[in-house]
Amino acid sequence: MRWLPLSLGFLAAGLPAWAETALNVTYLRLETPPVPVLSNLDPIPWDDGIAGAKLGQSDNATTGKFLGQTYNLTVESVPPDGDIAAAAKTALAASPFLILDAEASAVLTVADLPEAKAAIILSVAAPDTRLRDADCRANVLHTGASFDMRADALMQVLLGKRWTRLALITGTHPVDKDWSAALSAAITKFGLELVGEKNWSERADLRRSASSEVSLFTQDLPDHDVLLIADESDDFARYVAYNTWLPRPVAGSEGMVPAGWSPTLEQWGAVQLQDRFEEAAQRPMRPRDYAAWVAMRTLGEALTRTGSTDPATLRRYILSDEFELDGFKGRPLSYRNWNGELRQPIPVAHARALVTLAPIEGFLHEYNELDTLGRDRRESACKAFGEQQ
Amino acid sequence: MKHLILAASVLAGPAFGAEIWVTNEKDDTISVIDVDTLEVTRTIPTGERPRGITFSKDYSKVYICASDSNAVQVMDPVSGEILYDLPSGADPEQFVLHPDDRHLWIANEDDAVTTVVDTVERKVVAQIDVGIEPEGMAVSPDGKIVITTSETTNMAHWIDTSTLQIVANSLVDARPRHAEFTEDNKRLWVSSEIGGTVAVFDTATKAELAKIHFAITGVNDDLIQPVGFEFTPDMKTAFVALGPANHVAVINMDTYEVEDYILVGRRVWHMAFSPDHSKLFTTNGVSGDVTVIDVASREPIKSIKVGRFPWGAAMRP
Repeated sequence: MRWLPLSLGFLAAGLPAWAETALNVTYLRLETPPVPVLSNLDPIPWDDGIAGAKLGQSDNATTGKFLGQTYNLTVESVPPDGDIAAAAKTALAASPFLILDAEASAVLTVADLPEAKAAIILSVAAPDTRLRDADCRANVLHTGASFDMRADALMQVLLGKRWTRLALITGTHPVDKDWSAALSAAITKFGLELVGEKNWSERADLRRSASSEVSLFTQDLPDHDVLLIADESDDFARYVAYNTWLPRPVAGSEGMVPAGWSPTLEQWGAVQLQDRFEEAAQRPMRPRDYAAWVAMRTLGEALTRTGSTDPATLRRYILSDEFELDGFKGRPLSYRNWNGELRQPIPVAHARALVTLAPIEGFLHEYNELDTLGRDRRESACKAFGEQQ
Repeated sequence: MKHLILAASVLAGPAFGAEIWVTNEKDDTISVIDVDTLEVTRTIPTGERPRGITFSKDYSKVYICASDSNAVQVMDPVSGEILYDLPSGADPEQFVLHPDDRHLWIANEDDAVTTVVDTVERKVVAQIDVGIEPEGMAVSPDGKIVITTSETTNMAHWIDTSTLQIVANSLVDARPRHAEFTEDNKRLWVSSEIGGTVAVFDTATKAELAKIHFAITGVNDDLIQPVGFEFTPDMKTAFVALGPANHVAVINMDTYEVEDYILVGRRVWHMAFSPDHSKLFTTNGVSGDVTVIDVASREPIKSIKVGRFPWGAAMRP
């Protein structure tokens, strides 16, 4: 087992010297079992994320054709009970560049494979704070917005509006609880006030009875400015808006939502990316698509600027001050060299328009205002990137 | 210095009646500003999302990129009537009129092509594959080279106008927005909006000579985003619009040093000089106005309300 990847590793390292420059990337997805939800209005597209990587591939290829550089993208999708480690080994034997669309524990499984030691893994679907914190890995970069980045963005906006008294309803799934914890932490971080909290418990079919059920459920919450809802499985939150006891706006997973990408972005040239994506995928771009597009473009930009396909060279460049990527969000994107996380603005939007793009004016930072979102250098317990600091 | 300006103003003829034409991206109109009174004298309807604007050599026609109408409109500047549309390819954003006064070179932002249109025959004569989101367009004074910058590919493509082939590609910083040749054809300047820099190339060797950086106290570096720029005719000074930094930088064209920053309206895009080059008019997208800069003192002297999201600017003597 150990022989094969080693010998291939030698081959890959030798390639740039004697072949035309080609960058091969695998998009590896671990499918998630479907979660039953109340509404079928917004099914998750089968190619969520994959379509973004494909667009990034085509954007890279257009640039590459002027420079004699080619890009190849292979997509592998592993069923929920499949062997992600085996699939990752196969992918890593072919190329050290991996876009990983998988939850946090699978990210660690893949990152800790001996075969992955010299790889560049771009994680697009694990928003967990721990992967940017104590459980960080030196071979993993994060292009998906983390829960804490999103929560920080929302709290900046709420604080900016002086809508500071918040109530919070948390769904029943683990992912809801993680998102809820990030929201609570951001409330504390920015000095807002959590006046009341409830766990979602209604079992009723809200498609028929939302007005009475939700009104009753929210009646005993103390008065608040905004009702936060943590419902990352998209189960019940849509039925809470406009059915609450008090006339209050909702935010979090519904209403005003912070996310890595929003179809409502049109400034900063974003409409060009939206149009390109819709033409290719026949649907609007989702946050995971955006994360995957950024992942592909990160590798493309690094190859364009360094002329190298050596993962160590590319990694050094990506984590350096030299690296900057136009991500259609008005500020250059770069990577935090203390935990490998993409530094990016976070759109805070409702279904029909952008409310604002965080960081908002007034949240200052000694180095980069984007570092007011998510784990800053001093807050992160990540040690794996020590050599960069 | 004073002599030169005087001479220039004499050459340009009487300043009376000179106008600055500004395209309002989100109002589908043009605001016409009288250079002497500094008032808006006319508001003229256009096609959808007007951006790039330029006049024919004799100022008898004005060409307007109506991006969302997928056309270049040709207008009679006297009557304000649209005479006809030129075929332009999809989503024309910026263009440049070749010194032959006949061919328009158009960046088609959605299609990754540069389109060449014959304005007399009113037909497309060529389309050239370029990088993603072509935007900035420039033509060398001798007409031999056209530049297209592509925003996502981060390149300036050098196109030979006789063969219609790309002869070189120069990598620049992220999101190149605007390009201009100097009058003497020796330099090419390219602004990079997200990169926050302006690169200067030697046109003979196509080598990069300088990269200009900016810093404004109290403005985050990320928000300093160079877009449109103009040169004074003596080739000594360049004015560079810095987008959401709400300033115009004044650059010494010999040393490439930034000498001044002039506060203007919000999200400054493009600019145009008055005929005597004593005033500079900047379009400020977010604040919906035009700042008038006194070129000699480098001070803003007036702000003129125009339509929503003013973008392009062109002078009509």
